[in-house]
Amino acid sequence: MRITQGAFSFLPDLTDQQIGKQVEYCLEQGWAVALEYTDDPHPRNTYWQMWGLPMFDLRDPAGVVQELNACRDANPEHYIRINAFDSTKGWESVRLSFIVQRPSDEPGFRLNREEGAGRNLRYTLDSYAVRRSPEGQRYAR
Amino acid sequence: MNADPRQALATPAEATEAPESGPVDLAAEFRDAGIGEVLDALDRDLVGLEPVKRRVREIAALLLVDRVRQRRGLSSTPPSLHMSFTGNPGTGKTTVAMRMAEILQRLGFCRRGHVVAVTRDDLVGQYIGHTAPKTKDVLKRAMGGVLFIDEAYYLYRPENERDYGQEAIEILLQVMENQRDDLVVILAGYADRMERFFESNPGMKSRIAHHVDFPDYSDDELSEIGDRMLAQWNYRFDDDGRRAFAEYVALRRAKPGFANARSIRNALDRMRLRQALRLFECGEVVDESALTTIVEADVRASRHFQEEAAAGDRPG
Repeated sequence: MRITQGAFSFLPDLTDQQIGKQVEYCLEQGWAVALEYTDDPHPRNTYWQMWGLPMFDLRDPAGVVQELNACRDANPEHYIRINAFDSTKGWESVRLSFIVQRPSDEPGFRLNREEGAGRNLRYTLDSYAVRRSPEGQRYAR
Repeated sequence: MNADPRQALATPAEATEAPESGPVDLAAEFRDAGIGEVLDALDRDLVGLEPVKRRVREIAALLLVDRVRQRRGLSSTPPSLHMSFTGNPGTGKTTVAMRMAEILQRLGFCRRGHVVAVTRDDLVGQYIGHTAPKTKDVLKRAMGGVLFIDEAYYLYRPENERDYGQEAIEILLQVMENQRDDLVVILAGYADRMERFFESNPGMKSRIAHHVDFPDYSDDELSEIGDRMLAQWNYRFDDDGRRAFAEYVALRRAKPGFANARSIRNALDRMRLRQALRLFECGEVVDESALTTIVEADVRASRHFQEEAAAGDRPG
């Protein structure tokens, strides 16, 4: 199951050139671009690992694409996303976030139904990949 | 799929990518690129520096021709654009680097045309493992523009073999070779020390295509630079002041620590201070011409004239 998180996730995967264009837009807006990666695809997982520090004062996407390729080499079967942080007063938050790499095989999620008092049902998502193996070994190399 | 209008919109350039043929109008190319204005501005705004201006023109012409050749499929590899600017302090290396970035951008060899000026401190770290991230960070900031490394020879310290400068040089070399389309590196510094730096780093020398030498300014040129600087700040010399300033330039050149145009700017700053104090202490109502004029007394109050006078008075 292809996970859909962040912007553009219903589109086909972006090419490097398209990623560069998106980053270029972010830089034109004055946002700081950062890379993050994880192998826990749960939609509520906010603790992605940072790939280096956010990149400030860039003028050109070439630097980001270079870091992205380094991150891909180190984590070939992880999810990688690009975050663009807007530091202007009032925003001070991530303005754009999109996935730029995903594992070749995404097993998807199981829907857990937990019966509560009065026949209530509580639903939670359980990732097959996370259940299958510990961190770092979840996706085939 | 080719009929998809969005695709046709997305790549209008590639649709007409067939190599051109037939004669080419280089003058029109030159006009369209808009580098004529930059070169003229260079000629107009910078005093002297004839050999440098000629070299910049040569490089611009080479790049223009190369661009035409690339479009016709005559040359496949992008030209190497890394340069080294050698010359004494204050001879305009940074200023020319800014213009060079503009020329490169107009010719499409450089996407943004900004200049990131750094020295050893910005590239080399203080402890093991600090240098690589620091250098890479600077390189990332300079992508799409020009990385100007002032006094580049400080990167290499042969007397300390554990110096981290070598690491920075290696990262630089790698990027200079592999990401030629993304980044142009300009190294700057004194001629003799740069020469020694290149001798000990042959990899660096072979990757630099253009060596530009900046000559010292003559006394007349320095006087003119002084005039222009004052005009920029809305000041001017009166006639006696200008004569005194010409004498000052000759005196200052003989003194240690002379840094061409930079010394001139500092001297002018001090003369403005003296002028301000003179106006303030005269206690009268001053008009606009007094506010903008630097007179002989402001110039002659300089330390260098007084030392000269003292040396003249000394017996023997």
